[in-house]
Parts: sequence; C-alpha cells; structure tokens
Amino acid sequence: MNYIIKIHFVILLSRQGKVRLTKWYSPYSQKERTKVIRELSGLILTRGPKLCNFVEWKGYKVVYRRYASLYFCMCIDADDNELEILEIIHHFVEILDRYFGSVCELDLIFNFHKAYYILDEILIAGEFQEPSKKTVARLIAAQDSLVETAQEQASSISNMIGQATK
Amino acid sequence: MALLGMRGLSVFISDVRNCQNKEQERLRIDKELGNIRTRFKNEKGLTPNEKKKYVWKMLYIYMLGYDVDFGHMEALSLISAPKYPEKQVGYIVTSCLLNESHEFLRMVINTVRNDIIGRNETFQCLALTMVGNIGGKEFAESLAPDVQRLLISSSCRPLVRKKAALCLLRLYRKNPDVVNIDGWSDRMSQLLDERDLGVLTSVMSLFVALVSNNNEAYWNCLPKCAKILERLARNQDIPQEYTYYGIPSPWLQVKTMKALQYFPTVEDPNTRRALFEVLQRILMGTDVVKNVNKNNASHAVLFEALALVMHLDAEKEMMSQCVALLGKFIAVREPNIRYLGLENMTRMLLITDVQDLIKRHQAQIVTSLKDPDISIRRRALDLLYGMCDVTNAKDIVEELLQYLSTADFVMREELALKAAILAEKFAPDLSWYVDVILQLIDKAGDFVSDDIWYRVVQFVTNNEDLQPYAAAKAREYLDKPALHETMVKVSAYILGEYSHLLARRPGCNPKEIFTIINEKLPTVSKPTVAILLSTYAKILMHTEPSDPELQEQIWAIFRKYESYIDVEIQQRAVEYFVLSRKGAALADVLAEMPKFPERQSALLKKAEDAEVDTAEQSAIKLRSQQQTSNALVVTDQQPVNGPLPINQLGLVRIPSQKMEASSHNQGLTKENGAVSKVDPEPAPSADFLGDLLGPLAIEGPPAATVSAEQNMISGLEATPNAADALALATVGDQSNSVQPIVNIAERFHALCLKDSGVLYEDPYMQIGIKSEWRAHHGHLVLFLGNKNTSPLLSVRAVILPPTHLKVELSLVPETIPPRAQVQCPLEVVNLRASRDIAVLDFSYKFGTTVVSVKLRLPAVLNKFLQPKSVSAEEFFPQWKSLSGPPLKLQEVVRVVKPMSLPEMTNLFTSLHLGVIPGLDTNSNNLVSCTGFYSESTRAMLCLIRVETDPSDRTQLRITIASGDPTLTFELKEFIKEHLINIPTPTPAPAPSPALAAAALQPQSPITRAGYTDPGVMLAGLL
Repeated sequence: MNYIIKIHFVILLSRQGKVRLTKWYSPYSQKERTKVIRELSGLILTRGPKLCNFVEWKGYKVVYRRYASLYFCMCIDADDNELEILEIIHHFVEILDRYFGSVCELDLIFNFHKAYYILDEILIAGEFQEPSKKTVARLIAAQDSLVETAQEQASSISNMIGQATK
Repeated sequence: MALLGMRGLSVFISDVRNCQNKEQERLRIDKELGNIRTRFKNEKGLTPNEKKKYVWKMLYIYMLGYDVDFGHMEALSLISAPKYPEKQVGYIVTSCLLNESHEFLRMVINTVRNDIIGRNETFQCLALTMVGNIGGKEFAESLAPDVQRLLISSSCRPLVRKKAALCLLRLYRKNPDVVNIDGWSDRMSQLLDERDLGVLTSVMSLFVALVSNNNEAYWNCLPKCAKILERLARNQDIPQEYTYYGIPSPWLQVKTMKALQYFPTVEDPNTRRALFEVLQRILMGTDVVKNVNKNNASHAVLFEALALVMHLDAEKEMMSQCVALLGKFIAVREPNIRYLGLENMTRMLLITDVQDLIKRHQAQIVTSLKDPDISIRRRALDLLYGMCDVTNAKDIVEELLQYLSTADFVMREELALKAAILAEKFAPDLSWYVDVILQLIDKAGDFVSDDIWYRVVQFVTNNEDLQPYAAAKAREYLDKPALHETMVKVSAYILGEYSHLLARRPGCNPKEIFTIINEKLPTVSKPTVAILLSTYAKILMHTEPSDPELQEQIWAIFRKYESYIDVEIQQRAVEYFVLSRKGAALADVLAEMPKFPERQSALLKKAEDAEVDTAEQSAIKLRSQQQTSNALVVTDQQPVNGPLPINQLGLVRIPSQKMEASSHNQGLTKENGAVSKVDPEPAPSADFLGDLLGPLAIEGPPAATVSAEQNMISGLEATPNAADALALATVGDQSNSVQPIVNIAERFHALCLKDSGVLYEDPYMQIGIKSEWRAHHGHLVLFLGNKNTSPLLSVRAVILPPTHLKVELSLVPETIPPRAQVQCPLEVVNLRASRDIAVLDFSYKFGTTVVSVKLRLPAVLNKFLQPKSVSAEEFFPQWKSLSGPPLKLQEVVRVVKPMSLPEMTNLFTSLHLGVIPGLDTNSNNLVSCTGFYSESTRAMLCLIRVETDPSDRTQLRITIASGDPTLTFELKEFIKEHLINIPTPTPAPAPSPALAAAALQPQSPITRAGYTDPGVMLAGLL
C-alpha cells in the first residue's frame, strides 16, 4: 500500500550537474536514482533566472531553489503545497549557514556527512520534523561534542599505548 | 574539527575534484574502490576510525553516481559498534546506500531494536531516524510497539518523541495494522494537546496519515485541530523560535489545514464558525511583502487555507473572494504566485458556482500562455482547457491554435490534442470543428496523432450536411504548396468519399481531383499510398459517365503497384484493378462508408493517459466528469437508441430508429451481393434439407420469419431483456457528475466471456473482477482500487441478486485508502437456469462528490456450463430421446452477427459450449454439447445444433435440447443474445462496416473486439 509521502527525495546539485547530496524517502533502486538525477539536471539546471521555483515532472512536482552555485531540489506530489516545501529548503539552508558560518559549496563538498546529519534533524520519512532552528543547532552541537569527546578519549588512549610501547 | 582523524577523506575528495575530466575521475575512483575493497577484505587491521573513513568514501563515490556493490556489510556492522561516532556513521550511511527492500537490513533489526529500547537517548535517535527513513514491512512488524511506547512515554524527551512519531508514521505506511484504531483515537487526541511545537509538528504528520486512511475513527480530534489552527493563526502563545519570519510555524499551520481537509465536513456550528473566522483572516490578512521568505511562508498558508475553504463548501461570497484573490495573483510579477494562482484557479473550476467568475479572467490567463516560464504556460493551458465551454470555445480554441505555432515542442502534442478535444466538445457548429482540425493539421501536422484525424473523418461520415463543406475545404488545402502528409491523408480520404458532391464547382471534376491528389503520390509514405489507392478507386466509381482517359490513368497506377514490395499496397492495387473492371459491381463494393457507431472519443481517453506524464490532472478530471455538452448534437436524437454509458461526446448524429433499421438492411443486402461476386468459388449448395435429423428448412413460413425479424429488430433497439433494461437504469441513476472512463457494457460483455478483468473504472476508482467457477458454485473476488492520493469514503457495495442466484458478498470496508486496492470475495450459488443478472449496487464518496453506480455482475448462465465431449454413439440417442418442445426447441434466428464457422466455434467455446467437430455430416452445421450445473438440476446435459447458410450468414437455425424445459428455453435465448448483435451497446451499424472491411480486405487482421472501435476500424480500412 502506498500512503502519501510528503517529500519523495531531496537532491543537491551543483550548477555543473554534480551531485552534492541525495536522500531518498520513497524506495528507488540505484538505477532509478541515477535516471532521476539525470532527468532533473536536464530540467532544472537549464531554467533561467526569474522563473518560478516549480517544475512539473512525471506527474510530480519538483520544488527547487538556487543558492549561488547550488540547486536544492525536493520532489513532492502534484497536489502538495509547493511554497511550504520551498521554505523547508530555505530553513535547511539557514541552518547550514548558521552551522558552517556563511556556508558555501565547498563546505558541503568536504563536509557532506555534516549535511546529512543536519538533514536528518529536519526531515524524517520525508516529513518535516523540526521548525525551530535553535533546536536543530543545539542537537547538532550535542552530536559533535559526543563525537569529539569519543575521539579525544580514543586519541588519548592511543597516546598512552604509544607511550607505553615506546 | 569536523574532519578530525579523517584526513584521508578530504584528500580523496580533493583528488576527485582536481580530476580534469570524467576519465581521470573514473580512474581515481576505481583506484579508491580497489583500495577500500582490499582494506575491507583484511578487516582485522582496520581501526574503527579507518572503517568509518572508508564507509564515508563509499557514500561519496555512490553519491557521484558510481556503482558501489560491496561494503554494505561493513557499513551495517558499524551500527552495532558500541561507541557513538561509529554507530552514527553506520546508521547514516546505511540509510543512504540501501533502500527498504535490501535483504541485508533484516540482519540489523535486532541491533536496531536494542538501540530503540535501550536507555541511551542518542542511540534511540539514530535508530529511530534510520527506521523512519528506510524501514520496511519487517521493521514495522517487529518494532512498531516499541516505537509507539516511546511516542507516548512521559519520560522521553521531545527530541526522541518527535522522531518516534515520524518513525511510527513510516511503519504505518508500510503496514497500517501496526496502529490499532480502537486505542488510537483517544491517544491521538491526547497527543494533539502536546505543548512542544517540534513534537506537535511530527504528531500532526502522523495524524494526517491516520486520518487520511480512516477519518471516521478520528472525529474526536477535529475540534483539537481547529483549536491548534486558531492558536497558530492568532499567534497565541507561540515561542519565538517557532515563528518563521514572524509567522507562527507556517508548516504546522499548513499541516493542520491538510488534516482538516480529510474530514468530509465540519458539522459542529461553533467549530465551523471559528474555523471560518480564521480562514477569512488568513485570506484577507495576507499581504504581499518585500521579503521573499516571509512572502512564501504566508502564501503557503494562504493557499492551504484556500484549499480548505473549497473543501468546506464555503458560502458563495467567500468563494468569490477567493476567485478575486486568485485573479489578483495571476497578474502579479512574482512567478511563484502567478503559477500558484493559475493552479488554484484550475482547482476552483470544480466548484460550479464560481466558473463564471473565473471566466472573467480569461484575457489574463491567455496572456500567461505566453509566459517565459514553461511551468506557468502549462498551468495556463490546463486552466484554459478546464474552463472552456460552449460560450468561450471559439476564443479559447483560436488562442490555442495561435499559440501552437510558437509553443515548445514538448507541449505541442498535448496542445494539439487539447485543442482537438475542445473543438469537438464545444463546437458551435460542425463546420467550425472541421476548420479547426484542418488548421491543426496544417500548423502542427507532426503533432496531430492519427486519432485526431480519424475523428474528423468519423464526424464527416456521420453528418451528411457536413460532407460537401469538408470536401470543399479539403480541396482548398490541396492547393497549398507544402502540405503535411497527414493533410494529404485526410484530404484524400474525404475527397475519395465525397468529392462527387463538389462535381459542379470549378476545379472539382473527378479528373482535376485525381490530378491534384496524384501530385502528392511520389512524395508520400506507404500508409498514405494505400489511402490514395482507395481514393482513386472511389473516384473511378463516382465518375459518371465514366471517363476512359481517367480510367486508363488510374489503372496504370494500379498496375504499377501490383508488384509493389508492400503487401498491403500490392493487395489494394490488385483488388481495385480487378474490381474496377467489373463495372457496376464496383459501385456495390466501394459503396460509401456506413456511419460509424457513436462512441466515446478516443482523444479524451488519450488525454487522460497523457496527462499522467505531464501535469496535474485537475482539469482533465473535470473534463471527464462533466456531462455532455449538447451543443453539437445535431438532429433526430432519439434517446431510445441508448444513452450509451460512455456517451460523453454526444456529437455523432443519432439517426432515427427507422432510418437505422432500413439502412441496416440495405447495407446487408448490398454487401452480401458484393461478397458473392468477389468470391471466386461457387456458393456451396444449401443443403438444409439433407440434414440428418430435423426436417424443417431454414426458410420457414414467411409469416413466422417476419415476426422473428421484427422481434430481432425490436430486440436491437428497444431493451430486449432485464439485463439491458438495467444497463439503461444504470445511466439514468447516475445523477452524479463522475462518469466512467470505460465502456461499462463492453466490460461486462467481455467479462461474460472471460474470468478476470476490469468491470468498471472512473477517474477515481477501478473495480476489477476475478472469478473461478466450479459446477454450480462461483467464487469471485472484487478488486476495489482507489486511484487517488486521497481516500475514498463511505464505500458501499450491495448485491441485488436475481432469484436464481444465491450471492454472498464479504464485508466491504467503508474507506479505501489512497492508492490502495481492497479485495472483497463474493460467493455465488446457482439455483436454476435463468438469464437474469445480478447487479452490484455500488457507491462511494470522493471529497463531496457522491458516486453511485449499478453494475451488472458477469455471473451469467454460461459460467455454470462445462463443455462436454461426447461421441456420436452417446449423442444421437440423447438427441432423439429429447423429442420436441418443451425439452427440445428450435428457432430460426435472423439478423445474426455475420461470422464464419470458425468464428462461431470460437464464440461457442468461449461461452463454454463445447463444439464437437465431425458429428454433423454437413460442414456448415455446428454441434455442441455442454453440462449445466445448478442446485435444482445438478449436472444436466445440453445438446445444441446450429445450422448455418454459407450464402447468408445473417440467419441460422438453432436447436437446443436438455432434460429441463426452463434450461432449454433460457439457454436458447442466451445463445441468441450472443449471436445477434445485442452485446455491443451500439445499435445497428456495426456489422456492416465490418463486412465492408472484410469485402475489401479479406486478410485484414481486424479482430472482433477491434472492429467496434471506430479508430481501429478506420485504420483497418485505410
């Protein structure tokens, strides 16, 4: 059975068509994923400025927004609320911006895993999870500190072992 | 910081970025994949940190679009790592690399469950997130109770609970049984009291899913939703962090209004009043501001409010406000708002009250057709298509035609199709319709599908007044220098049939017509050559007195193509050549095409199919729901002939009964004559008297014949039995605006002959059927499928069984969830022989529309038959022992659907009447034997003999014998129904075109199912 899924997938594309992040909430096989990305790149990257942020595609709608060299795209059902999705994109971007401090494409390339962590705090199951930027920032900071503490411990242990085996 | 200890990953990413071209990139990636593979093989040497690094590299490579077909185990194994950093990577990478159907996922269910029920909050979050993103059925079954516990636990913090809510939503989508409705309506109501807006947002998503599936169970939550909306819209007690550009969480507002739209209506007057106050405030209080984000957010709320207003059936005044607002939107500069204005206006068309208001904005909408943005152009096209009716058809269609020359290639076909449909549907007069289609072909021939020009041919054929006009127009186009091939086809066809009507006009004598058409011959493709040959033959026939010079010219062409490589063309050339030398016979064979049976436009169907791939369906839905516009029904409409179930386009002239009957007979005699002339073999002598048992010749006493014939004719045109009476009642009952998109009668008749298929389909739902028959028992399953993204409500199905059937239908659920299919088994027991038919009385609600249909169930007599093969020694004693009425009945049947013996054998076989070859010494006869099963008769042997006349396939004599008088009678009548032409809902003309086709093209692969479709028929003829 299929129930309405709000967002079917999220794709971040660079202007050159390079994929910077993908997240699929509806099941797509690897083959389908590649095909979707190819089709959407052709459809979205060729659109000029000053056009609307919606593209109709195979009975779905893709809501996209361009930030500098990056296109953030989310695919929804044709009868869903486009503007709401558009602002989820912006919400995501604002959080990235706050996290990286004026985010740019390079941040997302070298820290693509961070982008995934953040996205997971905003969307689950293709549904919007958290409207508060503050809450998301707090949760991500907590995760980071958990990782860092663990890493420090690990490195101090390896130092100790290193010392001991000298 | 971020990449602490993962320098290798950044180095790799830089390397990939520095690659000059795709080839280099591939080399670098292959090298890395090799490296990772070796490292994973030798797992012992890997530190957790290294493993993490490689798994991230895999994800990066995967993201770039390369196949990563190994290492999934390593990613999964990180999930069971004890420390957070590894676990986190394991969960995230797994949920990106694998999808829900990946078999590996099964292996981690236990680990995931331990994390969910464990005490570590951060682990709970990771596990819930992954399950929420890729959890499948198995996860649903094993984890749902634990996830539910977290959601309702008072000790869990919001960060866990909001994830639990969405995780449960995912599991519910995979298996709705995981949420038990009884307990959940109260629980949900409590959850909606949640103060934390993060949790409430997630809970609301879960609620939307639950309520979309079963709104009745959650009535108690409706007032709470209204309260939440009110609180948000009035910005009461909303923490600062939950406002977005000053707007209290627009997402939660939108979601709450979505939830409200799943309740069929709001009855409580207080709630309703409060709700409308809020909506009014949103509609009127939303201003356009400079800040884009604020604008988007407030308009997201506004458009949802609009949807809710439409759903709640607001007062007309409020609706007019909405239209006025949308009218403003479609004229603003901001493209998003313009797009959404058009989109929502299309949705508003479904509300009849405001259609006239929308029409006032036509000029602006037409302007949008020239918008630089294709998304907006599509919306404008859809809206124009939806709002078109008799009053504005001329303007709109002309706009579409104008736009056609400049439109994007991707839109042209859709545009051409839509223009054709509108022209057909709303034409103020038929000549305008012909003009439009010809212009369409002229301007965008490449995008005009065959269906479109077949359709215009059908109209011209069926409307005599139109024929000279169409012929004159076709002649005019032929003067144009560069002509699209489709135009050549349609002109040639029309001139072949009707150019003689123009004979006195200048430039229109047969020779001139021939010359101008023949100029095109060298440049056209094979299918067109075939059409041109037919046209030449027709021209020859119409040339009175014959013109030897023209004849020589045409014969020369026929001779030239006699040895042409294409079989179809070759055959036509040979046949036309021979035929045209037969003089007067030519006129019989090439007589004017008979009228086409009236039926649904194939175009509409096509538009519906095509639409799935292009845009949203609202306008199309609207179109297919609308009743026929009567603008084009020209003359002589006699409803007696059958308001056909799918008669959406009441365009074809329905001739009066009398005309129908007489032309029908004429057609038959004429064509029979032709057949016998073409047939090179001498007609076999009609050896009816030498028949082995019955002394009665097929030429019965004249009086009897006449009455039989009258019976047949009245049978054709009035309603011959209860079943067809019902078919009519069905249509009459359907006061609803939703029309089926399949021909119900055809579906029923098809299902009488086979055991599974579609019984009914409309824009919202489809009913399929599958049946098994054993002796006098039948086991049927009805498949009720919801085609939409919203549920069908108040579903009701009742069987009205005739007295001879015992029918038990299992419980039919009241709601069919979006895109879901439910199966309802149905048991049938046959008590005795009867041709009465069980009726399925079916209704459902979609939004505010109530759809109710009565469908005949294919639990018919022949389903309880089983063919028997018997030897002559068994057959004859039986046959003789059953002597005379009422056990043995004989009847001469006339106006039989002409079919060859093999065809009849096929028909009998599909009716479960086993044909036994060789039993009758006369090869024109057919003997069949079958067992009938009912509770009263048990197994009863039935013997049938059919005697046919090869020189007149329209009559035959049938003798039926069985041990039960009712059975004998009912079976005889039943077989008659299938032999004469009742099954097709279209009255008379079907057999004649079929025969004409057969006469022209003996090997034409037209199937019986096919020839009822005028498109196919025409294609076969051309």
